[in-house]
Amino acid sequence: MAYSDKVLDHYENPRNVGKMDDNDINVGTGMVGAPACGDVMRLQIKVSDDGVIEDAKFKTYGCGSAIASSSLLTEWVKGRTLEEATQIKNQDIVDELGLPPVKIHCSVLAEDAIKAAIEDVKRKRDSK
Amino acid sequence: MQFPIYLDYSATTPVDPLVAKKMAECLTLESNFGNPASRSHMFGWKAEEAVETARRQVADVLNCDPREIVWTSGATEADNLAIKGAAHFYNKKGKHIITSKIEHKAVLDSCRQLEREGYEVTYLDPSEAGFITPQAVAAAIRPDTILVSLMHVNNEIGVINDIEAIGKVTREHKVIFHVDAAQSVGKQEIDMESMQVDLMSLTAHKVYGPKGIGALYVRRKPRVRIEPQMHGGGHERGMRSGTLATHQIVGMGEAYRLAKENMVEENARILALRTRLLAGFKGMEEVYVNGDVDNRVAGNLNISFNFVEGESLMMALRDLAVSSGSACTSASLEPSYVLRAIGLNDELAHSSLRISIGRFTTEEEIDYSIEKIKEAVTKLRELSPLWDMFKDGVDLDQVKWAAH
Repeated sequence: MAYSDKVLDHYENPRNVGKMDDNDINVGTGMVGAPACGDVMRLQIKVSDDGVIEDAKFKTYGCGSAIASSSLLTEWVKGRTLEEATQIKNQDIVDELGLPPVKIHCSVLAEDAIKAAIEDVKRKRDSK
Repeated sequence: MQFPIYLDYSATTPVDPLVAKKMAECLTLESNFGNPASRSHMFGWKAEEAVETARRQVADVLNCDPREIVWTSGATEADNLAIKGAAHFYNKKGKHIITSKIEHKAVLDSCRQLEREGYEVTYLDPSEAGFITPQAVAAAIRPDTILVSLMHVNNEIGVINDIEAIGKVTREHKVIFHVDAAQSVGKQEIDMESMQVDLMSLTAHKVYGPKGIGALYVRRKPRVRIEPQMHGGGHERGMRSGTLATHQIVGMGEAYRLAKENMVEENARILALRTRLLAGFKGMEEVYVNGDVDNRVAGNLNISFNFVEGESLMMALRDLAVSSGSACTSASLEPSYVLRAIGLNDELAHSSLRISIGRFTTEEEIDYSIEKIKEAVTKLRELSPLWDMFKDGVDLDQVKWAAH
């Protein structure tokens, strides 16, 4: 399969790879996918008191498009408010990376991951 | 070194220059272009002679009578002709067929077609090492069984079935035995004197011959009958009509001659390269060889690097032409059915690479590949949440995944 230059760039130089402390109340973790399906994404965000995403990290097991989708997403969410981050749609990722139809599920997974991370941090804060 | 490095010899092989030379001699006006079926002039006679020489060369590899070789367009056609041809001819005797879950699609889909026609098919499970045992075949044979179809060497994992032993079982039960030998010619000894095989599918392009040509071996003693699937001018004693492609056939003959001549020496060299490759991964954690390690053809290594997905691994290995059992590399988005059938979990199937070594592979290329693969696996594991969890001691089987 031929990859777009943007997918290749994210794959070769993934942004914001890493892991945050899940016990931190300001950290939200979204882990989506399953090894059996060939992709697992873990997306983490660190949120300031006024609801701005200060930092984002990811690790992804999956194809190049899955890695690129999650890498791109970490770039996009940094500096956005939680509200703004929920507005990101998988189609935005498809368009930006030029994903072919067979790889659209990678972008869906990325959208699910950020939503799960936001939910997680909200839940943590609510239960405080 | 030339990039990318070709390590996908199980998919196809380049045509040997000696083969290409022979083929080029059968195309133009000045050369041997005639129709082998033309009986009335020199052009036809010359072409026929070339075809018969090639037939002998193929028969020599099988240690059989040249009259037992029927030219086809490849192993897929040979599989279709053997399975449908035998099933249709012997359907008065019964309508039960035995095959296995790890056969090539040409065999599985031919069987599926027969199921639609009212036949019944038993799909045997391979052992974890990848074998079909004679015992399993014997246990599956019923009074209405007419055909057993099994491969000699598996295309994905390279393991070798004991055809001689299985042939004893089928002969004893008077069941036709078809063997797909697309992956074994030039890699394994084939002997129709000792192997009680009735039909055998062959191809040229896995043995440094051209694509688009193959053959079906059809035993004469005891005689095996098949219904033709291609009707026309009655070529190949009525079993497969169609003008013989002289250049293709000559190419297959020469490729088989070379295969026979070089087999022992070539396999020793290739095995040394594979041993070197496997040794190169020593010390890496969570690396698994898929299928039996010892009883497999020299050129095949099917290996899983746990917690790394196959397609992303191949992306990092753009310098290397290899294949993967990962779902993402297939149109169906399913991981390899062969690896699943030998009991691999989905993760390991997704994480597999098939590296196949051949005639033109060098030691330098192997060493380069080892370094590249190690580098890529390390990089992708750094990126992998599964690797993190494994390192943290999390049992991945106990995790509840949100399937999608």
